[in-house]
Parts: sequence; structure tokens; C-alpha cells
Amino acid sequence: MAERKTIVLGVIGADVHAIGNKILEYAFRDAGFNVVNLGVLVSQEEFVHAAVETAADVIAVSSLYGHGEIDCRGLREKCREAGLDHLLLYVGGNLVVGKQDWAETEAKFKAMGFDRVFPPGTLPQDVIPLLRRDLGLDDGGEA
Amino acid sequence: MPGTGERLLLIDFGSTFTKVVAVETGGPRLVGAAQAPTTVTEGIMAGLREALALLEAETGLRPGDFSRKLAASSAAGGLRMVAVGLVPELTVEAARRAALGAGAKLLQGFAYELTPEDVAQIEALDPDLLLLAGGTDGGNREVILHNARVLAGSGLRAPVIVAGNRSAAPEVERILTGGGKEVRRTENVMPELDRLNVEPARQVIRTLFFERIVHAKGLEVAQEFVGGIVMPTPAAVLQAAELLARGLPDEPGLGELLVVDVGGATTDVHSLAKGEPTKPNVAWKGLPEPFAKRTVEGDLGVRVSAATAVETIGEDRLRRLLGDPAAPIRERAAELARATGRLPATPEGRAFDQALARACVEVATERHAGRLETLYTPFGATYLQKGKDLTRLGVVIGTGGPVIRAGDPAWVLAGAVFDAGSPEVLKPEKPALFLDRQYLLAAAGLLAEVDRQAALRLMKQALVPCGEEGAHARS
Repeated sequence: MAERKTIVLGVIGADVHAIGNKILEYAFRDAGFNVVNLGVLVSQEEFVHAAVETAADVIAVSSLYGHGEIDCRGLREKCREAGLDHLLLYVGGNLVVGKQDWAETEAKFKAMGFDRVFPPGTLPQDVIPLLRRDLGLDDGGEA
Repeated sequence: MPGTGERLLLIDFGSTFTKVVAVETGGPRLVGAAQAPTTVTEGIMAGLREALALLEAETGLRPGDFSRKLAASSAAGGLRMVAVGLVPELTVEAARRAALGAGAKLLQGFAYELTPEDVAQIEALDPDLLLLAGGTDGGNREVILHNARVLAGSGLRAPVIVAGNRSAAPEVERILTGGGKEVRRTENVMPELDRLNVEPARQVIRTLFFERIVHAKGLEVAQEFVGGIVMPTPAAVLQAAELLARGLPDEPGLGELLVVDVGGATTDVHSLAKGEPTKPNVAWKGLPEPFAKRTVEGDLGVRVSAATAVETIGEDRLRRLLGDPAAPIRERAAELARATGRLPATPEGRAFDQALARACVEVATERHAGRLETLYTPFGATYLQKGKDLTRLGVVIGTGGPVIRAGDPAWVLAGAVFDAGSPEVLKPEKPALFLDRQYLLAAAGLLAEVDRQAALRLMKQALVPCGEEGAHARS
């Protein structure tokens, strides 16, 4: 059996939305991933440090209070500094305030170095198949 | 009437004084105590013999009158350790906590891949033990493997305790053994990111201290006389404090508490507390906190470290504590550095000694206690807690000469109490203050090895409430 892939999960910045974070933790764990959940109020440094110690494969960032753009800027650069070049970066939630065009928001976050950007209302079961594909787990094996 | 039980001799080879305590476990009863300066160059036994002669003069008891002898030691530099990990805030910090909790003197912590300069520095420090951590179980392996390789090829003489990523540990052990190092492999100090596991490493440190370090330090003669130098002195104090806090099934303890130990070179703080947030709306961040936590401040002491302590604390703060805006702080600090092992000769010198001790208590507990950071979110203020919330602690105990011998020990110890001027520092708000007037904590930690109930009762009898008239009378 292949080694289990590790996801570092957390809600970035001064954001205290805890419920979606718990749901994601259970869903990812249930799908066979090793989940390191940092909870709410997580700084970029905490994400990076956790990924270094646990040799994580993915950092999955949630942001639900509209300040995602400011909070997420520079995370990819910090990962590169820490030697985490291979790492996948996912982000999702209510990333921006108000009714902005999704394509624009997605492009903005991809330009910041995120591999996948998820709009409001995305369900875990939509994310998990993409995770498996991006991690090369799609030959039907365990995560 | 309870019987006398066993009569025990408890010895603490301190860095400055060798202290001997005679107890009877029935009762229990403190029979007598004495101390003499620790002798290192002329052999550790000279100081011990002097202390024992004083004890005999006080109690009539000779070494042959004790059924057992137990000793702790922080002489000859104490247990000098280096900790190596991966991320400074994570496995390096976990390794530091394991070392400090085992009573070690932590020389330095190293993070990430060791550079040739780091290795040269470790060789120069020449520690008694090196604790090698890094990576959670199943996490990063490259860094600990790299560090094992460079340490294997180094001139490091100390045994290496491997307490890192479980999946890399066998290979780490093989590499180090191949380099001729003595290796002990134990559980990871941080098996998962949100779990600290320092107890197995602490046990290994203690075993190595007993088996190896005592010999390396020329303390074997004492070892033979005593039958066992079983632990470093700070480990004995921590063990006593934990017993005092938790109590036993049929003998209640004092509940969560703080011990502040001011010395000439360092100030140690031990908290025996969970430290969970006590206020609503608080998110707890950082590494999980061990119930028994020890921190050591190497820059805060009132003799050897007096000059660095003044640097750290600041002259203005000391002048405020002294109530003397013109006090010549640096001269006073130099006077203290010369007064090793005794009190300063002048009243001004003694007042400064006391103010410096108070400032050491203030700063050391400020660093030990957790902090509350206010965060303004779109939903209003929320709070981040880092470290332990000690605000509800009911008991603060002062030990160490500079506290006990101060003219006003209650004032010195009150430096550990919550300061409304710095409400973000989570120090005890309304603790009862106690003094370990007879230096009994280390002895009680040793006694706990033999008879936990006697150790607990003895401490409860011997601790003196601070500031109460007449409470100072000795039996």
C-alpha cells in the first residue's frame, strides 16, 4: 500500500469560521488522507512550518471573511523559501467581498501560485477527486 | 503515634552549595538540614563531609545511621545538553522542552540542516548529551538523516538520543552508530503536529544521566558513598512540584501551582498547570503545553549573571523598584558579582540584591506565562493565547537563596503576580505565596523516589506562607 498523502488544513488570517474547517477535516480523513488541521486564525508561517515538519503534499487554505486576497498573498513564495517546491496549494471559501466576477477571482489566486481555487458553495466531494488526480492517486488505489 | 519509618539522607550537590537533609518517613519528620560550599576542584566529597559534620552537630546523626541515601546533582556544570530539531517553533521547541523537563541545562538549540559551522559549534560546546529530533512521524526525513550524517562524522563525544520521525529513526541510529556514536533511540518528541510526547525522551535522559554522566563528571566517589546520584537537581525540584500539585489518592495536593527558583546564575520557573484558556473567545495557538513545564532564564541571576540581568531588565526598571532614581546600578551589579555565595556588605547593596531578585522573578515569570494577543476581526475582537494561562493558579512558591534570604521575601515573590499594567501576560492573579525556607523541594523530589506520601506531607508541613507573622519559626 502506498504511503498516505498529507494535507495541512486551516483557516487563514483573522478568520474564526470553524465549522467548514471541521467538515473538511472529516471529509479528507474519510477519503483516506492524513490530515493536519491547524484550525482557525492560522498565519502563513504556521502553514509553512507545519508543512515542513510533516512533509505535507498539500496545503489547503480556507478563507471565509472576504480578506482572502490580502491573507494569501506571498504564501507560495514562503513555500518556495522553505524548500516546498512540489507542494500543492488549494484555496477556497468566500475569497473576496461582494459580487465579483469568479473568473477574475480565480485568475487572481492562480497568479498568486494556487493550483486550485474553489468558489463559494464547493462541496468536499467536488474537491476530493481533483486532489486524487493532482496527487497521482487515480489508479484506483488508496489515498 | 506513627513510627519513625525509614531514616533517609537526601543530598543535593548544587552548583554553589551541597545541601543535606535528614528525614524520617514515619510521621514524616524533618530531622535536620545543613549545607556547605560545593567543592569541585578538591573533590566533591570534601564539601559533602563538611555538610555532614554540620548535620551531625545539629542532630547527632552519622552517615551510618541512615538506611538509605539519595542524591541529586547540578554540580560540575549540571547536565549540559544540546537540542537539534527541524523547525524552531516545532520540533526544536519540543526537544528543548524535553531537555529542560529532564532537568538539563540547555546550551543551545539548532534548527534545519546543520551547517559545518553549527557542527563546529556543537563540538566546541562539548555537551554531555545531544537530543536529535526532527520531523513528525511519517513527516520530513531528509533533515534528520542529513543531521545524523554530519554528526556521525563529527568529533561529538556525547551520546545521542534519537527522538525524531519514527520512519527515519532506524536509519538515523544506523548512521550514528556507524560513526562510532553511542545512540539511544526513543519515541518522537512530536509524533504529530498537535501532540507533544516528551516523557519517553525525558526517561532516557535520566537513565543516561545515572549511567554515564555521573562518571564522566568525576562524581563516582560520591556515587559510591551515596548509592545513587539519581537525577539532576532541577528534575528533583520538578518532580516534587508535580507531586505537590497533583497530590495522592489519599493525600490531597495544593492544586495547580508555580515554583520560582532564583539563583546566582539562572532563574528557573516551573508551572504545574494545564494552562487552558480561562476566558471566552480565546483561540489557543502554538505547541501543546506539558502539565509540568520548566523554563530556565540564563540571563537572569543575581550573582554570576548580575550584569547580564541588568542588561535584560534595564536600569530604569531597577531604579523604579529601588525607589531611588539616582542608584548606581552598574556598580551595584558588579558588587553582587563579587559577592558570590554571600550577602552584600552594605544596606544599599542588600536593597539592590533584593530589587534585582524581584526583577528576575518578574521577567522570568513574564516569559514563562502565556500571552493573550487581541486580534480585531470583521466580527469584533477575538483573542489568541500563546503558552499557558496561569491566571487562576492558587499557589506560588519561592525558592533559592535570593528569594528566601531577602529582607522582604513576600515582595520579591510578588513579582510573579499578575500586573494590571501588562494584562496580556497571563500570570497568577490572586495566588497565595509560599516560601521553601528550608530548601526542601529538591530533597522532597528525591524522597518521592522512595515514599511519595512522606514527600508530599513533608512539603505541606515545611512550606511557609509568605508575609505571615510568626510563620517563620522553625521547629
